[in-house]
Amino acid sequence: MAAYIIRRVFAAVLLLLVVSAVTFAIFFLVPRLGGQTLDSMAAQYVGKSPDPDVIAAVKKNLGLDQPLYLQYWEFVKGIVVGADYTFGPDPVTCNAPCFGYSFKTHTEIWPQIVDRIPVTLSLAAGAAVLWVVSGVAIGVLSALKRGSVFDRISMGVALAGVSLPMFFTGLVVLALFGNGEYVPFADNPVEWAANLVLPWCTLALLYSALYARLTRAGMLETMGEDYIRTARAKGLRERKVVVKHGLRSALTPLVTIFGMDFALLLGGAVITETVFSFQGMGQFAIKGVTEADLPKVMGVTLVAAFFIVICNLLVDLVYAAIDPRVRLS
Amino acid sequence: MSEVSKKDTPAADVAEGTVPAPRDASAADGKEFLSVRNLQVHFDTDDGLVRSVDGVSFDLKAGQTLGIVGESGSGKSVTSLGIMGLHTSERARISGEIWLDGEELIGAGAERVRKLRGQKMAMIFQDPLSALHPYYSIGAQIVEAHRVHNKVDKKAAKKRAIEMLDRVGIPEPHRRYEDYPHQFSGGMRQRAMIAMALVNNPQLLIADEPTTALDVTVQAQILDLIRDLQKEFGSAVVMITHDLGVVAEIADNLLVMYAGRCIERGSAEKVFYEPQHPYTWGLLGSMPRIDREQTERLIPVKGSPPSLINVPSGCAFHPRCPYADVPADNITRTERPELQLVSDGHYSACHMSREQRDRIWTEEIAPKL
Repeated sequence: MAAYIIRRVFAAVLLLLVVSAVTFAIFFLVPRLGGQTLDSMAAQYVGKSPDPDVIAAVKKNLGLDQPLYLQYWEFVKGIVVGADYTFGPDPVTCNAPCFGYSFKTHTEIWPQIVDRIPVTLSLAAGAAVLWVVSGVAIGVLSALKRGSVFDRISMGVALAGVSLPMFFTGLVVLALFGNGEYVPFADNPVEWAANLVLPWCTLALLYSALYARLTRAGMLETMGEDYIRTARAKGLRERKVVVKHGLRSALTPLVTIFGMDFALLLGGAVITETVFSFQGMGQFAIKGVTEADLPKVMGVTLVAAFFIVICNLLVDLVYAAIDPRVRLS
Repeated sequence: MSEVSKKDTPAADVAEGTVPAPRDASAADGKEFLSVRNLQVHFDTDDGLVRSVDGVSFDLKAGQTLGIVGESGSGKSVTSLGIMGLHTSERARISGEIWLDGEELIGAGAERVRKLRGQKMAMIFQDPLSALHPYYSIGAQIVEAHRVHNKVDKKAAKKRAIEMLDRVGIPEPHRRYEDYPHQFSGGMRQRAMIAMALVNNPQLLIADEPTTALDVTVQAQILDLIRDLQKEFGSAVVMITHDLGVVAEIADNLLVMYAGRCIERGSAEKVFYEPQHPYTWGLLGSMPRIDREQTERLIPVKGSPPSLINVPSGCAFHPRCPYADVPADNITRTERPELQLVSDGHYSACHMSREQRDRIWTEEIAPKL
């Protein structure tokens, strides 16, 4: 088990490096391949009607005139120990972890992301609890009562839930119930939850529909397995057969999908945040795009990618805890 | 009806399912541990009614072994699952009577049958790898089986499980207790399955093709183990197999199934040495034998098993039977043969007369075996 964990962690670190390299390449290598000059690239990092001196300073600060491998080294170093931008009229320091510095607004990106993570996390975590509990419960009941009225209705609703786009259900909910603002959990837990309930439910409807269908399919498959027959042949009560022997196997593939879905949501539930005007990660990315502030976009991209890598690592560890064949092979 | 046991009243046995079952006699005298009467297991499918088991009766005494033989789809496994009450499909239609130690099971409540499962009757399956749960250790699965029916603490249950693992011949049972099914070899897995089935000392063990998925070398070991344990615990064993070699070693009585019905039944000796049904002849002819000339080829039973939705009219075996035209008046195609007494406890469902069968057996079949 220990060897397995070490292997997975090592792989995750490696993956983080690859992710950072790819992100770096997208922002610094691709434009060059696309024929941009160093000056035009640097110009993107400053405001409109740029001053040539400012552009030159940004070029120096970003090291655009350096060889690519040095640039990447500085980029990674910035994330780990922070970076100093010493050129130009007013030198600045970008503290570790430096996920970019906006020369347009003269702000560090990471603190802004940190401000927004609780919003996105509250949204994602609350919705996740809702959709896992309701999705799995509905899926199991549907599978056990296959073909019943309950099964037909819940699968019909699930199909609708999967098909309805977030911006539609979100807007309907908004029109019906109105909207509350995000209140930090530490300030007032009750209000925090009360104002999040609507976005949670809206988001959960989409996912729980999917999870109900997946759970149902998984349960139908595992309940036909030979070891289920063995469990019954032992004389186990049907509830124990279903939960201990059936559900545990059926949930394994769900863990993978859940890790992915949750990680993607942490990267920003863009539409949900927009509809309910929550200032989360997704909104921040949108802002970066509309303001053409590349460091913002890159910062969110990196952080979101890191979330995915970390969630995948957690999924691997949970997998090993569930299935002995994984940790022992 | 209970032909195997009630040798004194053979005249009563003519047609299965038509004669009232002497259930009180068999249940009361305590001789028969398991009595199955006119068992029917039908499945209501979109294509029609599948008559998987269509009127099977037999008896089994404690300490004895009944071999149920037949091709795939002849209804062997469906019969055994029916006895265990393991047909969970809502489309299963089960009728008849199953008497286990004086208690009727088909009419009994599901909860009552659940309590008997694993306690009084236990079952082992064909493929031990898929029959064991991959996520739980072997030990945990045996402990679970023990604790369902016994109010013992985990420690006592673990001790019992290790005892059983040791008894079925698993080396280092203390260490292997913690192992998972995928860490066991095929033979060891089946031993663990047997340990799990016998952990509560069941009086009836149903083994559904227990050696089919195993290496030939391991098969004999498993059969020996089952035989030894049966002697030790005095339990009744139903051995389901398509391999006559397996039952030849282990069974006291044989029941040959074809298309969901019993077509021949009797002591193992009688069925092996004086078989009275062309299908049994076919099975014997297709069995490889070490003492047979190498140049001689096996004689397979021609054709394939019939659909259980549209069972052939008359004798279900007639389309494949080389002797279908021996009886007069096309009777094999129009009338279903019922089980008839041949000799002491030996029954066969064939339209041919005793003389015709004896002649074909001695002149045509026996010399080739």
